[in-house]
Amino acid sequence: MAALFKARRALGMVVGHGVRCLSQLAELPELHQMMRQTCRDYAQKELAPIAAQLDKDHKFPAKQVKELGAMGVMAVEVPESLGGAGMDYLAYCLAVEELSRGCASTGVIVSVNNSLYLGPILKFGTEEQKKQWITPFTTGDKVGCFALSEPGNGSDAGAASTLAQQEGDEWVLNGTKAWITNCWDASATVVFATTDKSLKHKGISAFLVPMPHPGLSLGKKEDKLGIRASSTANIILEDCRIPLGNMLGERGMGFKIAMQTLDSGRLGIAAQALGIAQAALDCAADYAHKRTAFGAPIGKLQAIQFKLADMALATESARLLTWRAAMLRDAKKPFTKEAAMAKLAASEAATFVSHQAIQVLGGMGYVTDMPAERHYRDARITEIYEGTSEIQRLVIANNILKEYQQ
Amino acid sequence: MSGRVLVGVKRVIDYAVKIRVKPDRTGVVTDGVKHSMNPFCEIAVEEAVKLKEKKLVKEVVAVSCGPQQVQETIRTALAMGADRGIHVEVSGKDYETLGPLQVSKIFAALAKKEQADLIILGKQAIDDDCNQTGQMTAALLDWPQGTFASEVSFEADKLKVVREIDGGLETIKINLPAVVTADLRLNTPRYATLPNIMKAKKKKIANVKPADLGVDVCSRLEVLKVDEPPQRQAGVKVETVEDLVGKLKEAGRV
Repeated sequence: MAALFKARRALGMVVGHGVRCLSQLAELPELHQMMRQTCRDYAQKELAPIAAQLDKDHKFPAKQVKELGAMGVMAVEVPESLGGAGMDYLAYCLAVEELSRGCASTGVIVSVNNSLYLGPILKFGTEEQKKQWITPFTTGDKVGCFALSEPGNGSDAGAASTLAQQEGDEWVLNGTKAWITNCWDASATVVFATTDKSLKHKGISAFLVPMPHPGLSLGKKEDKLGIRASSTANIILEDCRIPLGNMLGERGMGFKIAMQTLDSGRLGIAAQALGIAQAALDCAADYAHKRTAFGAPIGKLQAIQFKLADMALATESARLLTWRAAMLRDAKKPFTKEAAMAKLAASEAATFVSHQAIQVLGGMGYVTDMPAERHYRDARITEIYEGTSEIQRLVIANNILKEYQQ
Repeated sequence: MSGRVLVGVKRVIDYAVKIRVKPDRTGVVTDGVKHSMNPFCEIAVEEAVKLKEKKLVKEVVAVSCGPQQVQETIRTALAMGADRGIHVEVSGKDYETLGPLQVSKIFAALAKKEQADLIILGKQAIDDDCNQTGQMTAALLDWPQGTFASEVSFEADKLKVVREIDGGLETIKINLPAVVTADLRLNTPRYATLPNIMKAKKKKIANVKPADLGVDVCSRLEVLKVDEPPQRQAGVKVETVEDLVGKLKEAGRV
């Protein structure tokens, strides 16, 4: 009897909350629709026309980042009191997708600033730290970055070899961080370093370091396959001294901060991948109408139709996973498994869709006259950063096995 | 002086959409087609919001005439910074035949009701290209008008308007209350910021019927048919200037 009541109550809560979630999956609330349209308009008018040139020149879109800052997009989840837009994570995912549809590099610049830099400070920072390290980074004038990976470890984040030693009233950081997005354009970074090697991953702590700063130097800008308008390089720390107050969270909390930050960050990347996939689909579908072969537009051919259907299916499925994970996070429910699923689905969709888009365009897909080749190059990294597809599969599997715990 | 500005915003088919004529040739296809705010209305809203930010006016009221969907357009104006909205409900056949004369009567009535000091409209809508509503509204109210404005400023208690005319620019000074219509170079409309989109949700949109304003929306015009523009014909290449003049004379153009 008691079990029946418990079950009914649980069902009621799921249904009550589930109805709101389900209707949002079917159609976004008006607020989110307006916000999505604004970002779409901005991306179409201000990003898409310059994306090819930004990619060619490896140029950071400083003007656009400032404009996006003024719109509130560089700090979507940050409360208004700290200078942000005070919106939810679903809104943030919509924004990143629409912006990435115009320019994938701009999408990742926005995503890294929001999820990887502002995210952990918002969650784990003291009030003082928030004022100092968040507010100036909401306007688009300054962007931040996230330094976890090292030349010796990417997926193996617990093996961090960057050291942090306390010397009086300072922390002294020594080591090298690798593959840091935004770093050549950033004014601050969240750095992960070991304060206690013997504790292994429980000995890692997080620190806030301004940029530029004595003892912090940048490696050469990587010459990447895609997302070339965003800078990626090593961060080299040599006797880099920061005040004790620059530790983020508690000593030894670093790994936990990193993992929780990446949980959310991967939704930002999922959104970026969705934008790239959508842009590639736009390109292919448009071409299918215009290009004629065998006496008719190629869109009339089943081979092309099947491709477009599969491309749209992959994109829409990944989109719904992303929205659901974002809504779970907004509802403060566990979302780790769903976020991993979203990132995996979206990144694999991006590479699949952009690959097929080139196929639909034929020879035209291989040249820079059409954006298809850029989408193909931009998509590839989404399966790697912020947790490789292999890591995502491990996260999903671990969660499933836990659910079925004997 | 109430310091109140009325801004008209029209919901039109988005400028980037390829227009298709309906098979029965009574109009263009609007079902499922992307609509947005008329670009000149965006410029009008931007100007009104700028005046408010400079503290030259106190309140910006966005007005749109049409069915339920125009509320989206009003909300966009609110997200850009307008303070409140008025939705004048016109739907069905009345909406299909709604034109500048009826809209200007509605605006004139609203201006009196709201005691507005200034009406800013787009110079024309990109669907009908009438370029009449501003002028008719001013005439109905017996207010001065500054049309095709590329610059608007206050000078003492008058309005200085720089107008784009065929010969160049004309500067006029007009008394308030007045009607201004916005031309392309008046300003660059802002993108709504996310916080403003959120604030827009809380701003009020009042519902009003034309009958409440004493306006009859019956149209004096009847659309006979709507056709696509003629297909572009291939041109003819000529070798010399003499040939060109000869061909033009043949075609009766010179």
